[in-house]
Amino acid sequence: MNGIEWIVPVVLTVITASTPLVFAAIGELVTEKSGVLNLGVEGMMLVGAVSAFAVASSTGSGSLGIIAGAAAGALMAAIFGWLTLTLLANQVATGLALTIFGVGFSALIGSAFVGFAIEPLPKLNLPGLSEIPIVGPLLFGQDFLVYLSFASVFAVGWFLKNSHGGMVLRAVGESHDSAHAIGYNVIGIRYLATMFGGAMSGLGGAYLSLVYTPMWAENMTSGRGWIALALVVFATWRPGRLILGAYMFGGITILQLNAQGLGLDVPSQLMSMLPYLATIVVLVLISRDQTKIRLNAPACLSQPFRPAH
Amino acid sequence: MQSEENTQSKRVEKPLLSLKGITKAFPGTLANDDVGFDIGHGEIHALLGENGAGKSTLVKIIYGVLKADAGEVLWDGEAMTVAGPAAARQRGIGMVFQHFSLFEAMTVQENIGLAVTDEKDRKVLRQRIIDVSTGYGLPLDPDRHVHTMSVGERQRIEIVRCLLANPKLLILDEPTSVLTPQEVARLFETLNKLSSEGCAILYISHKLHEVQELCEHATILRGGRVVGECNPKVETPRSMAELMIGDKLTPPERNKPDLTDAPTRLEVSNLSLASDNPFGVDLDKVSFAVKGGEILGVAGIAGSGQVELMAALAGETIIADFDDCVRIDGQGVASHGPGKRRRLGAVFVPEERNGHGAVPGMSLADNAFLTAFRRMNLVKNGLIQSDPTEAFATDIIQSFDVRTTGHAAEAGSLSGGNLQKFIVGREVRQEPGVMAINQPTWGVDAGAAAAIHQQLIDLSARGAAVLVISQDLDEIFAVCDHICVMAEGHLSDVRPIGDVTVEEIGILMGGLHDQTVTPEIQQAEA
Repeated sequence: MNGIEWIVPVVLTVITASTPLVFAAIGELVTEKSGVLNLGVEGMMLVGAVSAFAVASSTGSGSLGIIAGAAAGALMAAIFGWLTLTLLANQVATGLALTIFGVGFSALIGSAFVGFAIEPLPKLNLPGLSEIPIVGPLLFGQDFLVYLSFASVFAVGWFLKNSHGGMVLRAVGESHDSAHAIGYNVIGIRYLATMFGGAMSGLGGAYLSLVYTPMWAENMTSGRGWIALALVVFATWRPGRLILGAYMFGGITILQLNAQGLGLDVPSQLMSMLPYLATIVVLVLISRDQTKIRLNAPACLSQPFRPAH
Repeated sequence: MQSEENTQSKRVEKPLLSLKGITKAFPGTLANDDVGFDIGHGEIHALLGENGAGKSTLVKIIYGVLKADAGEVLWDGEAMTVAGPAAARQRGIGMVFQHFSLFEAMTVQENIGLAVTDEKDRKVLRQRIIDVSTGYGLPLDPDRHVHTMSVGERQRIEIVRCLLANPKLLILDEPTSVLTPQEVARLFETLNKLSSEGCAILYISHKLHEVQELCEHATILRGGRVVGECNPKVETPRSMAELMIGDKLTPPERNKPDLTDAPTRLEVSNLSLASDNPFGVDLDKVSFAVKGGEILGVAGIAGSGQVELMAALAGETIIADFDDCVRIDGQGVASHGPGKRRRLGAVFVPEERNGHGAVPGMSLADNAFLTAFRRMNLVKNGLIQSDPTEAFATDIIQSFDVRTTGHAAEAGSLSGGNLQKFIVGREVRQEPGVMAINQPTWGVDAGAAAAIHQQLIDLSARGAAVLVISQDLDEIFAVCDHICVMAEGHLSDVRPIGDVTVEEIGILMGGLHDQTVTPEIQQAEA
């Protein structure tokens, strides 16, 4: 048994590395399914991270921090929605601006909190279950957010596939003119989807500042928002593949770090490229099936909707 | 107008729907100008008018998609404000759109479910779709994705979607364009049944003999204004068409060509092709030949392989190893793309105008350039010759009576009929030797359709071979010399148009969908 005990810390780090990606990507998936392309994920994650940390460190409550992170992300997304859905600004440009804004704004707020430390979120501890070797700490020893990330993936998958609301959401992303003609409130539905995406990005940020590294550092997302965006495409807008992709990404990231730690004779820059290279390869392989993409990609993605009156 | 008394009897004191002074302006045009008429309970009321006459705007106002600038809508005698289509459906107004409001990546059941607001109905939706669709002769598989379906099949979804809601007023915009005569007859039975049950029907169509057969009252719009009302039963299609266009209508004229010495210009032999679309139709040993000066019509209901045949003719689908199964002026081209075929003098007009026949977001001049640059020499040293291109587009606009602001107008801004006139004009102006055209007048009004038909006839008289693929039998009988029928990827024998009746062709077209006739047809073919 002792021989494979080493696997527990590795998998634990993979989980912590992957969870923020899962949150941000599943949120963006819902946003994109409604036909809105929000490239501001990175910015929303950062603002979520700093808000969560600020609230958690001043109130001492991790739960309040989580709520604050999600709310801050949703608020950022609401700004994006107002600009692109109400004022019909270009979604790509506005999304890029939102990221740049988020980087600067989070640094401004966060400057007062640099160097603070907080207690990380408590891990689940079920007497008996959590003590089972290997399986115990992996399945029953995580923090609340890890379980929430899995639950949200399953919930989103179920919602999109089986519920009427999910069908309406897909319809709006598929053809906003048709949805409008049938009588659905395209703009309202897109606001909701965009704000859900923002809240999930905020949660992803909160996970970084409350669990992954329980502290605030400027630009601490270091590109995870962009990876989340890529993951949505990589997963061809399907939640099941998305979680697979997030864990593949997290897994390769951790493995190459460990490999570097072992002193393999491979330039570290090459190793750092691995997760990205792997994603590109998989993306190319997946894009070969045009029918699947046609069925899953929202046809109205990033197109502005102007209802006729 | 002579019919006022006729219809008065059927309209009890209170009409179901009453429009008064409806006015709606768009930038640059007055789409509806003081429009008013009544529809009684259970009345089948036709709304006639050319493209751009304001019919679509008016029905969108009734259905709540658009808001009128002025005027009022009375529903059962009470002023009605329709907040949106959902509210309209709640009141019992159903609508079948001309440009379908369907979601391509979703299944039939999902598309229909989106319009069903009641949770209880959704649970039994699947069975109801099957019941209603087969009951009304519009069979649908609830699990098929819309993007794999033909235009005709898509229209079935729209109709079934409305029928499921048990409407009091059903608005149908060009519902029969893609149905066989038998299917039309069955649809009319359905509509008459609905009408006898008290459901009023507002019927928009360009097929005037259908209006005559079905409707008891017609309102005619021209330029956004009501220019007349009539009882179609006592009018002739021609008199109604002339009311619509406000002018004398010239039906297409043609002299029977002598084809004995004419060369074969388009020849397809033993063309078999497996569709790459899982729901597509495989072509099975399709053979035919079209001589110079001949117009061959291919009849058939939507989704019988016409799209696949057109793709194989135009070079959008390439058959690598059998160059000779498609021959243009004797030269095998099946392994070559559209460019080579166009250089040999063939031109193609696909079924879908926006996005296939023309790029909606580009100007008419750019669209003219896209297919004509080779034959009209619009490129010099790799550069676009803008003056000749614009002159070419302007020439098409003028010679083919395309109503638009000029060659700089976006293709997507033109109405269906005008864009089709432009596309046909663009191809005809290149003086092709072979022309293949799919659904030449789908959704096009009578005036524009007559103009397009005349162009095709004149082109063939100049020695070109013309292939017309159409679901509109009237059209085939009006312009073609020979006819064949496509059903499930098979092509029937070619027969002279004078030797067959509409009924015979209709049975061949619809045979496979009409269980009672199928065995006979198969025996006849065997």
